[in-house]
Amino acid sequence: MTTAVQNLKVGVVVFPGSNCDRDTLHVASLLPGAQVRSVWHKETSLGDCNLAILPGGFSYGDYLRCGAIARFSPVMKAVADFAQKGGTVIGICNGFQVLTESHLLPGVLLPNESRKFICKNVHLRVERTDIPATRGLNKGDVLKMPIAHGDGNFFADEEAIARLEKNGQVVVRYCDERGNVTAEANPNGARNNIAGICNERGNVFGLMPHPERCSEDILGNTDGFRIFKSLATL
Amino acid sequence: MKTQVTVTLKNGILDPQGKAVEHALHSLGFAGVRGVRIGKFIEIEMDAPATEQAKKDAEEMCKKLLANPVMENYRVTVAEQGK
Repeated sequence: MTTAVQNLKVGVVVFPGSNCDRDTLHVASLLPGAQVRSVWHKETSLGDCNLAILPGGFSYGDYLRCGAIARFSPVMKAVADFAQKGGTVIGICNGFQVLTESHLLPGVLLPNESRKFICKNVHLRVERTDIPATRGLNKGDVLKMPIAHGDGNFFADEEAIARLEKNGQVVVRYCDERGNVTAEANPNGARNNIAGICNERGNVFGLMPHPERCSEDILGNTDGFRIFKSLATL
Repeated sequence: MKTQVTVTLKNGILDPQGKAVEHALHSLGFAGVRGVRIGKFIEIEMDAPATEQAKKDAEEMCKKLLANPVMENYRVTVAEQGK
């Protein structure tokens, strides 16, 4: 049914302050045949990578706004060009914030409604399965995944939210363990329980939860690896 | 030339920090406090031949970096010549 991507070459971008890059590299390296490397923020090219991941962390100490300074790193020009050409770009947590600040994804991640940094498992309902990151999943699947953020409250104005919904750009939504999208299941106040979105073309995807933190049996949860496996299949 | 930039949250954007301060002010007895919004104040020292140029440059900086138009407004004021 699915075939492995030939010569999967994963580049994980490292900004000063990134702290999930090693985990992400490690999990990507578990994919059969994958070559992985870190890409320092000063590099001006992604080389022959065919998958770029912006990891979680606190790039530039979250100064000014989360992701605002990272956007001007030399590597982001290369990431934008790569995305423009249809390359697959994934932003996890801070990586998602960097993608919105770079205008590769719409909206912004505001501080959590509760004012607290939240670190816990949440459930996500898969809303779209025709993009690289979710093509191995089924619509309506419920994934358990940890979040760890202070600014994960997805916001865009009414018009932009309506456009995202109409275009089917909401990829994953916070839900309860049965898949019901409820206010109680929304950890941070995100509009429409949005946990992750893609661009119109579907090749750029950002999410607040951390798939790389739940990708191995030893950690008791491998739901996140389903995202990585999707990225490695056609 | 000294340029001052004030970045504020747009109306309707939740400001949890402002809310927390509002509650603290209430508990201090300032019962009349109706709302608190917290923004950023940025002071920029720059070389510019004229006030208009400094203002224009600062506005450009706001658009490109200092403010995010999805959630913030900005206001630029240039201190008159001198210190």
